Amino acid sequence: MTMSTATEIAAQEFTCVVERHRPQIFRFLLASTRDVDLAETLTQECFLKAHRNWGSFRGESSAMTWLMRIAINLQKDHWRNRRMQFWRLTRTNSVDLDEASEWLPSGERSAEQKLLAKEQVKRVWASVKGLSERQRTVFLLRYVEEQELSEIALATGLSEGTVKAHLSRAVTRVRAELGGKR
Amino acid sequence: MSLMDKWTGKRNGMVGQVGQVEQEALGSGSSRETGDEALSQALANFKLSVHAWSEAEFSRPRTVVLGVRHRSWRLAASVALGCTLVAAGVSGGVYEGEQRREAAKVAAEARAAEQQRLVAAEKARQDEEDLLAKVDSDVSRETPSAMEPLAQLMAEDEVQK
Repeated sequence: MTMSTATEIAAQEFTCVVERHRPQIFRFLLASTRDVDLAETLTQECFLKAHRNWGSFRGESSAMTWLMRIAINLQKDHWRNRRMQFWRLTRTNSVDLDEASEWLPSGERSAEQKLLAKEQVKRVWASVKGLSERQRTVFLLRYVEEQELSEIALATGLSEGTVKAHLSRAVTRVRAELGGKR
Repeated sequence: MSLMDKWTGKRNGMVGQVGQVEQEALGSGSSRETGDEALSQALANFKLSVHAWSEAEFSRPRTVVLGVRHRSWRLAASVALGCTLVAAGVSGGVYEGEQRREAAKVAAEARAAEQQRLVAAEKARQDEEDLLAKVDSDVSRETPSAMEPLAQLMAEDEVQK
């Protein structure tokens, strides 16, 4: 196999990875930031970084877990930089909870069910907003991305026990929000 | 499989795991079952909502009107805040400078008054010295010299010879 052929195959593989996982990475970042522009920017940065390091990816975890780890780190760096930079802090484009709760799939539901679902979604958003960065990441990976605890542990670099603890606290908070304001 | 089953993750056997984690956070008895049900429902709806939002944003061409409006509003607020801070800084500096100038003026006046007082005191001392010297001079001129008559006699004897 020539060098150029190997490069072409790697490029094709990476293209497949991008096509397959981009929506999921974008969705996770959107849920984490509630900012469409920022989620798009971070998604692009994530795949740019992945492209640069594609050669060093050894397949020890799945490509999705590897990409998710990059996305989590980028998001962490972003918030850290924002905390340090006051002027950037005033320029967040995050949508408010009401706007985020508007999104529901058009299924076979009555108006009452839709209203109830919207109210529930709003309360879950409210509790997610109050979670710590790690709790929020673990919660979203589990309940939005449906990842296994072991995958979450790999993506976040935490032990499974720590992931469970964060998840338990997050669920307690969501339940309190749902029950306390009913 | 119903739509809700699909979203709640029954297909992937997630419900059991969710329940396991939840059980650590929930109470016990029938209230827990009710809580589990409500929580599962809320989480399923939340997931549906995020997926719907993400899919819509992902497939939609970008429109930047809202973002620009938000940005311009926030930019204006940032500029206003910045101007306020700069104005506060400048006025603080001006006030501080004014205070310093005022203090320097008071100190200069105090120094001038002290100088004038010293000059006046020196002048008074000089006047007093002059007066005393004048008095001494007048007194010495009016008092006759003790040896003066003898000196006159000597002069007369020399004339007789």
